[in-house]
Amino acid sequence: MTSPKESEKQTRPDKAAFVIALALAGLSALIAWDAAHLSSRVASYSRIGAAAFPYAIAGILAVLAVATALAALRGKFPAREPLEIGPLAWVVGGLVAQIVILPFAGFSIATGLLFALTARGFGGKPLWLSIPAGIVLSFILYILFSKGLQLSLPQGPLERLI
Amino acid sequence: MESFAALLSGLELALQPMNLMYALIGVTLGTAVGVLPGIGPALTVALLLPVTFRLDPAGSLIMFAGIYYGGMYGGSTSSILLNTPGESASMITALEGNKMARAGRGGPALATSAIGSFVAGTIATAALAFVAPLVVEIALSFGPADYFALMVLAFTTVSSAFGGSALRGLTALFIGLALGLIGIDLQTGQARLAFGVPDLLDGVEVTTAAVGMFALGETMYVAALSSRMNETIEPVRGSVWMTAQDWARSWKAWLRGTALGFPIGALPAGGAEIPTFLSYSLEKQLSRHPEEFGHGAIEGVAGPEAANNASAAGTIVPLLTLGLPTTATAAMMLAGFQQYGLNPGPLLFTSNSDLVWGLIASLFVANAMLLVLNLPMIGLWVRMLAIPRPWLYAGILVFATLGTLGANPSQFELAMLAGLGFLGFLMRYFDYPVAPVIIGLILGPLAEQQLRRALAISQGDPAALVESGLSIGIYVICALVLIGPFVMRALSRKKAGEEVPAR
Repeated sequence: MTSPKESEKQTRPDKAAFVIALALAGLSALIAWDAAHLSSRVASYSRIGAAAFPYAIAGILAVLAVATALAALRGKFPAREPLEIGPLAWVVGGLVAQIVILPFAGFSIATGLLFALTARGFGGKPLWLSIPAGIVLSFILYILFSKGLQLSLPQGPLERLI
Repeated sequence: MESFAALLSGLELALQPMNLMYALIGVTLGTAVGVLPGIGPALTVALLLPVTFRLDPAGSLIMFAGIYYGGMYGGSTSSILLNTPGESASMITALEGNKMARAGRGGPALATSAIGSFVAGTIATAALAFVAPLVVEIALSFGPADYFALMVLAFTTVSSAFGGSALRGLTALFIGLALGLIGIDLQTGQARLAFGVPDLLDGVEVTTAAVGMFALGETMYVAALSSRMNETIEPVRGSVWMTAQDWARSWKAWLRGTALGFPIGALPAGGAEIPTFLSYSLEKQLSRHPEEFGHGAIEGVAGPEAANNASAAGTIVPLLTLGLPTTATAAMMLAGFQQYGLNPGPLLFTSNSDLVWGLIASLFVANAMLLVLNLPMIGLWVRMLAIPRPWLYAGILVFATLGTLGANPSQFELAMLAGLGFLGFLMRYFDYPVAPVIIGLILGPLAEQQLRRALAISQGDPAALVESGLSIGIYVICALVLIGPFVMRALSRKKAGEEVPAR
């Protein structure tokens, strides 16, 4: 959405875009390495086996990586707003916390924590209020979905009570 | 008239009390979730997929039809009142409808979009019932090479999506194709990109990817840029009933929008936003009040909204007859079919004829229900928009993880959801489209299967790929779609070069 004049001005290389190009190149190499693994293990009876499609995708990803690097060099990436790390960290932290404690805390407690941390990231109520609220909400959802729809959600101390 | 009889028996199935109830639940849930800001129909379907897990296929598909149309209705409500289009196809509605709402004409804007959606949806569903059997007859003669060509076309159009950057669109598509490689290769039984992790052998679930990238990615994006977004909900002022003048200005726009939307949607190529843009510029040219466009012209809501719904019905044609999803929402529908081991394609019309026609018939039912449900209950939906941001986004994440855990109660799946969510966030931040990832993920393995089948038949001779006239024609169109924008840019640069010396 930048007008031609603006894009003339910002012709300085875009570092983040270089990182994207590198990541794409890495993905391409990973797929090619995995595909090479395949063809060496199994004798291919026809010309197109399990490795052909991955090789094609890896090849095009490599081309896209080069094109992205060129675009980064010319500063062709759209302008971005600076990120606010604080709120983002709360949301990501909530997701990580849920994943980590899920196996022993069960669905309700883990998801309640996710609820509270996410709400905190968006500037919600204090945690001593939102954590219990989140756990109650998740517990109600657990009952609804496990009893009503027979979905088997991970159990913890709370879920074993019923 | 064969399809008419089939449609009648489909209606019989759809009108059974139990199925009517499923449709009602579907449209209610679909509208309620679709109305939430930033949630488009694709995410609505993905989030609500777990609700349908334990139903029989017929009931689940009927609920699906309701969720699909309900999500579209809900999406237009939030677009008009909040200016937060959940997908590119409702951008125009957001643009013009939000202007109407600000000018105190939110009521008529909602009404013309609801009635227009009903009119367009009904006509387009009828057209779908008529066209689909014809496409099936043609599709039965398609070979694997033709299917592969069609899929390449869908890839090309989805990722280039006119106007956006082809480089970023293609990158998104190939990230999706790479994700699609993960898992056991069905023809040789070898694991690809699984790195010895048993959870990866089944591949990446399309629903996990869609929920992660759309719901988690969107939430992280909004969180990271939250202080810069000030959204205001426009109260619904003015009666929801349209005046005689509103009707007079709307009905032609509805019909023209339908006429644009259905055929474009029914093409096996992506881009749901194209008919809405076309309809907007057409209405602007035909209107007697062109000066109102951009300031809240009712035709500018009526036409694109009708086009949007008609094209949504249109995309069901390639989905059901060819198994080819051309929008992210259609990709979610395909995932819903696959969950019951049903493979959409020409054979589905003979093997599961009741189911297909029951689905088409319930699209009519859902449409009618939505008209009745929406206008009188608009106040309730507006209340959903007023949920405070912290609770709204926290709730969205709770539902997203609930759905994923409901489908597969494993820590690994949850970590994958979060990882894909972060990828979705990065892609949004760097202005990459997300929908091509989903299309690539679901369509990539199917495309590979057709390609290998075609080459197995020809004993490895790649010339077989361009043997039929159809496939040659399709590749020519693909080339035009990819090269066209470059040629245009080069031409316009040439013109500009006369004024500014080239660097």
